[in-house]
Formats: sequence, structure tokens, C-alpha cells
Amino acid sequence: MQLRVRALETVLTEKGYVDPAALDRIIEAYETRIGPHIGARVVARAWADPTFKKALLADASQAIETLGLEQKVGDHLIAVENTASTHNMIVCTLCSCYPWDVLGLPPAWYKSTPYRARTVKEPRTVLADFGVTLPADKTIRVWDSTAETRFIVLPMRPEGTEGWSEERLASLVTRDSMIGTGLAKTASEVAA
Amino acid sequence: MNGIHDLGGMDGFGKVDAPPTEPPFHDPWEGRVLALNRIMGATGEWNIDVGRYWIETLPPAVYLSSSYYKKWMLRLERLCLARGLITEAELSSGHASGPGRPLKKKSATPAEADGLLVRRSYSRPATAAARFEVGARVRAKNIHPVSHTRLPRFARGHTGTIERIQGCHVFPDATVAEGVERAEWLYTVTFEATELWGPDADPTVRTSIEAFEPYLEAA
Repeated sequence: MQLRVRALETVLTEKGYVDPAALDRIIEAYETRIGPHIGARVVARAWADPTFKKALLADASQAIETLGLEQKVGDHLIAVENTASTHNMIVCTLCSCYPWDVLGLPPAWYKSTPYRARTVKEPRTVLADFGVTLPADKTIRVWDSTAETRFIVLPMRPEGTEGWSEERLASLVTRDSMIGTGLAKTASEVAA
Repeated sequence: MNGIHDLGGMDGFGKVDAPPTEPPFHDPWEGRVLALNRIMGATGEWNIDVGRYWIETLPPAVYLSSSYYKKWMLRLERLCLARGLITEAELSSGHASGPGRPLKKKSATPAEADGLLVRRSYSRPATAAARFEVGARVRAKNIHPVSHTRLPRFARGHTGTIERIQGCHVFPDATVAEGVERAEWLYTVTFEATELWGPDADPTVRTSIEAFEPYLEAA
């Protein structure tokens, strides 16, 4: 595949359709700048600031804009809140839609056939594959990203984190907790 | 189309294999493919829906046995050939045999590449009032378009509830089948698992799709 990609890139470059330096720039951004630390920062702010949380749940794209992050976020990002009674999970059954601008590159499993096939039908067994067990009476709300809206889960804030700084709160927020295949880390999992 | 890409509800694929960490790219060519798709996708030669359709139309066996970035690579080769941007001979020799033709939009420079990292907006001004209100009961139509559609099979024929109105967005079906950009109202429609999967389904599960108005009828 390496040679085949090289051939296509060479042809497209020689024809003047792409600038290899522009390709480098995109790759570098995803390798170094755009990743789940962005989403974690958003979640931490929402945990720490009720006004921001309200704005985030009303219009996540607009609310995140106010944070002045280096990386801009596209329109129609929707934050969905996990509560004591409801757990949210994000999937794309038709392709692999994913909130790249706040979570970075999607992990291979998110794009895999078992995840895409099973999550809409049997989310609890999918969660079991991630080692997550939820109370049997908890509502599981699955969001299939079938259009140009994108979803991010606002995980529940772990107990025992009152008074934590936003930076410390962000260290609790895993990528999977923002997809809904995981929960935020517990306070004891994070070094003091 | 009722293609292999429409995976929701299928069985037999096994467990989700989710290692705790993975590198951004498993091989350097994956990053090149991603970036090539981003740059070429921004030239206006095709849009996101057309790009998806050209992955959906890969032979099912190829679709299932190809990694994500390999599918992106196959799609890009096919689209560049179909749009007359390159020739088979150039692809097999690995070199251009002549200059390119003008692109619909100029290719991004390194300085402009950062702009391609922000998801583009597909929302458009409304040309008519939304037909359904939040809380309305709707049925996903039992339709089987042979071209591109974003109505997954598992929802077709089933009744759900309008949970959110997302505004008017570019309607992917028309973009691919008719080559025109048309805006339609977009809704979040939520279904009970027992409605989708029958009485034995987990009654605590509720699943939504993002459904364009032409996919829906009053129930």
C-alpha cells in the first residue's frame, strides 16, 4: 500500500493538484495538536462552571468558541449529558462520523465493523467489551451520527473531585468517556 | 443503496477489539492518504456525500477486508480517475504524463491547510417551514434508494419521536443522485429498542438517527 499511495501522491503532485507541504501540515496537526485533550478541557470546564455547562448543552459549537481554543470547532457539535439515569453512546453505523475537532483521529475500533454493527442493537454487550457494566435499569441512549451533526458525551463528574482545578479535572476525562464506551476516571485513579 | 456499509444491527463481526492506546497512524502511508483526501476533497471536484458514496460502492468483499485508510485510498484513486484528473497509465507508472487540468477550487497551500482542519458547515437557510415539531410521532419511510442515502436500514418502517430539530442541511441523497445541492430539514428521531429490534430487545435502550425530512412521514 505504501508504494501505491506514493504513486498517487506523486502523480497528484506532479499535476499540480496537491502541495506535499500542505499534506505534511495536516498530518502534523493530527499527530501533535488535535486530540482528546481538547474535549477533556471542554468537559472539565463544564464540570467546573454551571453557566458554561448550560451553554455547552444548548449549543456546543458556540459554547466552545467562547473558550478561545487554538483549534476551531465546526458547526453542529452537540454535547449530550450522562446522568444518574441515562448513559449516552456515540456511533456511526453508515461510515465513521466522529467529532475530529474535539477528539482527534478516531481510534480503529470506532471505525470497525463490530462497533458499527452492534452498538445500535446491543450497546450493553459492546460496553462489556470495554469492561464497562452499568446498572440494568439505566437508560442507554445511542446516537447514530447519520448526518453532519457531531456528538460528544459529557461524562458524569466523578465523586470526590470537589474543588479540583480544571486542569486536574481534565486529567479524569478519557477519550472513551467522551464517546460513551467508558466512564471518567475515578478520583483515586489520578495522582494527586 | 442497500450496501455493505449499512452495518447497524448486523451480527457475526465478533467483539470490539479496543487496545488501550494506539498510534495516530499505524503506518506513515495512512497519514498521507488522510491528508490527500482532505486536500482533494476541498477542491470542489466532489463533496463529502459523493466521497462517501464512492466508498459505499466498493465491492462488498473489498469493503469488508480493507482498513479504513485503505478504503479512503481506493475511493480517492477511483474519484480522481472518474473526474478525469488522472489516467490509469499515470497511476500505474507513478508519474504524470502531462500537466493537470484546472481544479474547481484552487488546491490548498500549506498556510491554507489549517483551514481544512475545521469541519465544514452543511447547514443552509430554510426555504420552507419544518413539517414536524419536537415530540411528533414519525415513521421512517420504507424506502430503498439505489443511490446514496443516509437513512439506515435498521430504522426503515419504524416509528419514533422527533427529539430535536437540527435546522436545514444539505440533503445527501439529492447531491449524489441528482448532482444538486438542496437543503432539507434535519431531525433527531429517537426509537425504542423494542420498536427497532422486537419484543426481546433491551427495553432500557433508545437509539436515534439524524433523519432528513424526506425520510419521514407522520405516524
